Amino acid sequence: MSKAVSALDGATFEGFAKVAETGLRGMITVRGDLASKEMAAAVKATTGAAVPAQRKVVTGDKGAVAWMSPDELLVVVDYDQAEAAVAQMNEALKGSHALVANVSDARAVFRLTGDGNRDVLAKLAPVDFAHEAFGADDIRRSRIAQVPAAVWGNADGSFEVICFRSVAQYVFDVLKVSAEVGGEVNHLG
Amino acid sequence: MLTLQCPYCGVWAEETELHAEGEAHLKRHGPGSADHDFESYLFMRENPKGVHFERWRHASGCGKFFHAARCTMTLEVFGTYPAQTLEPPQDIKDKITAKYPGWTWREFS
Amino acid sequence: MSTRLTTGGRLLDKSKQVTFSFNGKQFTGFDGDTLASALLANDQMLMGRSFKYHRPRGVVASGAEEPNALVNLGKGGKFEPNQRATTTELYDGLTCTSQNHWPSLEFDVGVVNNYAARALPAGFYYKTFMAPAAAWKHVFEPIVRHSAGLGKAPKDRDADRYEHFYAFFDVVVVGGGVAGLMAAKAAGQSGAKVLLMEQTAHWGGRAPVDGGKVDGVKVDDFIDATVAELQAMDNVTLRNRMMGAGVYDHGYILGYERLTDHAPLMDGPRHRLWRIRAKQIVTATGAIERPLSFAGNDIPGVMLASAMRDYIVNHGVSSGDRVVVVANNDDAYRTAFTLKIHGLDVPVILDSRPNGGGPLADAAREQGFHVENGKGIAKVKGGKRVTGVAICAQAGEGAVLEEIACDAVAMSGGWSPVVHLWSHCGGKLIWDEAQAHFRPDPDRAPTSHDGKPFVATAGTASGPLKLDEVLVDGLKAGEAAAEAAGFAVTVADAPKGEVHDEAPLQACWLMPQGAGPKLRMKAWLDYQNDVKVSDVKLAAQEGYESVEHTKRYTTLGMATDQGKLSNINGLAVLSNALNQPIPATGTTTFRPPYTPISMGAIAGEARDEVFQPLRRTPIHEWHEANGAFFEPVGHWRRPYCFPRGSESHADAVSREIRQTRDSVGLLDASTLGKIIVKGPDAGKFLDMMYTNMMSTLKPGKCRYGLMCNENGFLIDDGVVARIDEDTFLCHTTTGGAERIHGWMEDWLQCEWWDWQVYTANVTEQYAQIAVVGPNARKVIEKLGGEMDVSKEGLAFMEWKDGKIGDFDARAYRISFSGELSYEIAVPASQGRAFWDALLEAGKEFSIMPYGTEALHVMRAEKGFIMIGDETDGTVIPQDLNMQWAISKKKEDFLGKRAQMRDHMASEDRWKLAGFETEDGSVIPDGSYIVDHGTNANGQRNTQGRVTSTYYSPTLDRGIAMGLIHGGMKRLGDVVEFNKVNGSTVKAKVVDPVFYDKDGEKQNV
Repeated sequence: MSKAVSALDGATFEGFAKVAETGLRGMITVRGDLASKEMAAAVKATTGAAVPAQRKVVTGDKGAVAWMSPDELLVVVDYDQAEAAVAQMNEALKGSHALVANVSDARAVFRLTGDGNRDVLAKLAPVDFAHEAFGADDIRRSRIAQVPAAVWGNADGSFEVICFRSVAQYVFDVLKVSAEVGGEVNHLG
Repeated sequence: MLTLQCPYCGVWAEETELHAEGEAHLKRHGPGSADHDFESYLFMRENPKGVHFERWRHASGCGKFFHAARCTMTLEVFGTYPAQTLEPPQDIKDKITAKYPGWTWREFS
Repeated sequence: MSTRLTTGGRLLDKSKQVTFSFNGKQFTGFDGDTLASALLANDQMLMGRSFKYHRPRGVVASGAEEPNALVNLGKGGKFEPNQRATTTELYDGLTCTSQNHWPSLEFDVGVVNNYAARALPAGFYYKTFMAPAAAWKHVFEPIVRHSAGLGKAPKDRDADRYEHFYAFFDVVVVGGGVAGLMAAKAAGQSGAKVLLMEQTAHWGGRAPVDGGKVDGVKVDDFIDATVAELQAMDNVTLRNRMMGAGVYDHGYILGYERLTDHAPLMDGPRHRLWRIRAKQIVTATGAIERPLSFAGNDIPGVMLASAMRDYIVNHGVSSGDRVVVVANNDDAYRTAFTLKIHGLDVPVILDSRPNGGGPLADAAREQGFHVENGKGIAKVKGGKRVTGVAICAQAGEGAVLEEIACDAVAMSGGWSPVVHLWSHCGGKLIWDEAQAHFRPDPDRAPTSHDGKPFVATAGTASGPLKLDEVLVDGLKAGEAAAEAAGFAVTVADAPKGEVHDEAPLQACWLMPQGAGPKLRMKAWLDYQNDVKVSDVKLAAQEGYESVEHTKRYTTLGMATDQGKLSNINGLAVLSNALNQPIPATGTTTFRPPYTPISMGAIAGEARDEVFQPLRRTPIHEWHEANGAFFEPVGHWRRPYCFPRGSESHADAVSREIRQTRDSVGLLDASTLGKIIVKGPDAGKFLDMMYTNMMSTLKPGKCRYGLMCNENGFLIDDGVVARIDEDTFLCHTTTGGAERIHGWMEDWLQCEWWDWQVYTANVTEQYAQIAVVGPNARKVIEKLGGEMDVSKEGLAFMEWKDGKIGDFDARAYRISFSGELSYEIAVPASQGRAFWDALLEAGKEFSIMPYGTEALHVMRAEKGFIMIGDETDGTVIPQDLNMQWAISKKKEDFLGKRAQMRDHMASEDRWKLAGFETEDGSVIPDGSYIVDHGTNANGQRNTQGRVTSTYYSPTLDRGIAMGLIHGGMKRLGDVVEFNKVNGSTVKAKVVDPVFYDKDGEKQNV
């Protein structure tokens, strides 16, 4: 395989919060019956995690799974494990009506760290990012400024923003503008 | 700017996350249908000042289509419900009746 | 004269002097001044000229309601017109100029309009411009444009940045006066998440100016203590310099936060627009004092009584040495007391009430003020400054009893609650006869998604004006809001405000009440738009009886202040003229924003690079580095062509086409939509989506398909590849990927939800590169890898997975150019590397990329249609002679029923054909085929139009496709296309396939 390059090749920006492209990540769209035994087994085998509840993320020893809609999950593994994970999921779901697609290359991921990271997000998405409303292992699909995106809360207080690869530069730029020093809101803390 | 609760992902989404998708509960008329029925299916839409049933899509969200029952005059939302149904749920119809006794909308009342 | 006093000025920091300039003159002020107070302190009462008559105008008010004192503020990238001096905090280095004057504020030529005012009544423009039409363009418009307009339009790019902020609260309180503080405290104590916003830099509103005590302590101290309490609450957010701009559906409220207007050198965004969702909103927005309508009430020096008090107490500035107070209520007596305390002279208090005032009036008399009951002002004397007043009986017609010299007039016509935010989303008003104002009707509040009220008012915004009532109302409003938001409230007693008894006001809509036409012509209602009592009377007389009509006819309340001072007085005059009670006249509609907000705040971060999202393919950087000229396709930027050196675009396109047809070219086709459709019912589903039969496609094969909407019109096209029994991959147009994915989901979710089909949009997973031309195969084979791309190994309209060189690839043998062509998809992260590898391998064949224009020309040479060129939302496949792509075996597909309608099946429809001009020229884009005769409108009849027209370098002549009545039956006919210069060009109807009619080249 030729060397794979993420959309912005690890770009970073440090304002009152820090924005960093995380680099490539294995991501698999899975559609099917989330309540089925087969789905639970397939997800468990691939990630070590259980099927998440509505708008939740579950992390296992081999990967993580995020709830995307009542019939869709996002399975996250290491980038070089993605094709193997697709094959494994397909095998486990054989005979069930399901769709498994590798979308690792169709995405860009940004990590937001620092005290003001919730305020940065609140400038761009019509979502309540207050501590009590949005915490670790929560995921929310919404928009970042003018493009669709998903925001994912980590246990260490950081957030990840997942968007389409083609708009990676746009999303990085709006995160950057919103994190620029002088623009502190000191609201969500 | 409206907020509607997406019945699929539970989110109270503001209008910028949503996309309006026209009238709810349209009955499709395909080949073999009478001209009148087909014309009505394609072009004839309700435009009430009052109770209305609409389709919305949680476009910048879970991507699902859903239905909303609301009053176009007061913007009160009587409820949202999944699109996989041919008629509004009874509890929503009851809620409308409590507010607007005797309401009708197409074949529903 | 107006000047700085040694006393007063509670907001000033006199240790910090600041310098500023007005019309080029240098002035000084103090930290804590507003621009208006600092100008007054420098005896600059004349601050601008009026809009229509260019009359000299001074400041009238002290807050957001100010109609006159508007300035052009700042310079260059920080320039902004129409800024209210009363809400502009003074800072060191502030630069501003006054507006509406030429050549200077002191001497203005436009003031001739004033002397011609008799000839410029309401509706003058409407009447004048009825005829003749030509005069508008050449005479009236240039004159009006020159003399009208407020401030100057900014010329430079805005140097500041702006942003939005989404926030969620249980209770939002607008207004940081004592009522708002009480409401926020009550709501905060319930545990609700509360935001309290205040438009100025200070808490407490007017209470510190009006004075009084709360629970025995000075109101100032009470305010400080309450603010401290609120600041200590974790669940309460306090923001000053933030205005409640508008209240909208379902608890949406905009907060306009001005972060650096008071300190432009500060780093950071200038304005932040808070886009807030609140469960409950309390508007504690206070009240605005009304002017009185007497002749000359617009002469600089005539001010609201409360504003004069504000300037003394807050800024230590007097508005005049000798002030006549004129009022119809008790509150204005406070101004008289304040003036006297600070050593200023009040020669007379004119109380229009025949029986005079209450305890305050008695106190005034005791203190030696000269109080005249039942008297008013017949007219104010003076030009650029008040020099005196003529006194008359209020009950009469203006016979002058006495003239008194003075240099300022403090007027008060009573107070109107600020009901704007309450009204924005449908809150209704009731007329309060006793206070002569409209106030919110608590029984008809705006309702939210649950059908329940979500806005309440507090304090003077509710109607009560006295401190004790205001405190109680604020507390109750806060408690009620918290309760409605779902919080338990422990009912508390409101602090006790010290109360003065006040006698009721007596409505006074015209002074004197019998003022004749001459006086009415000088009695201003709307200062900024120059609307007088006489104009409203004229409107009523001419039949504009609806208040909304009168507003538009006279422009009453249509200026930047939106009639904050003039509306009630105006509709009272209208009611009087129509001889009906005021509630029967009603108010005009209150619309957001409360005061103008900056365009920058509305745009937020969306400017410059991030004005709009720009979608980039994995190969975008290469395109940029190699001189691509881009064209927008949706949010994508696709290379139109790759000009070299000084090469023209047309030459570049020709070069790219020749290279591709002669040898090999590369196209970045990554933007094409790619949708996986999978499931046991996938074939059945695609048979509905496409006009063709897709279920019979064999795995490993590709088929071109058309999609129509239920109207039968073409909406998209593309190649479908069957991956396995259950799985299809559907290609869409570049602009169609999201739309078609949504379209598929729509049908799956809402119509055929029992069908077992899943879709996934994988457009961006792949970089897709078309390798096109007779040498395409050689280039791919040079890369090596295991994939057999020979004619037999990968036949036309087949696809295959495998290794090409190092790359995991999926190759499709499809062609949009008519040449031997492979479209190869690799993971997007390797797209750039694959592109580079192809360029390297193709060197010996002079490989080069081609852009979208070459793609367009080559497909047109082949007679291939393009969605958006041959289609425009009214074209069905049959119009394009594409019956071959419409299955006759299928009972149903989307659009089939519509295509059976009479008009769709008619032989009269315009249909596709090719066109060749006789002289070889290129038919202009958008050209119509003219026909004999004219239609009912005298326009030339048409019989068709061009849909695609290009210069073909392959054929060295213009080629075109178009729709023509009769379509291919017209082969050989010569028709005429119109040209931009009015002439026509002759063209022959031909087969639209201009190149390689038998399709041999793509099938080698």
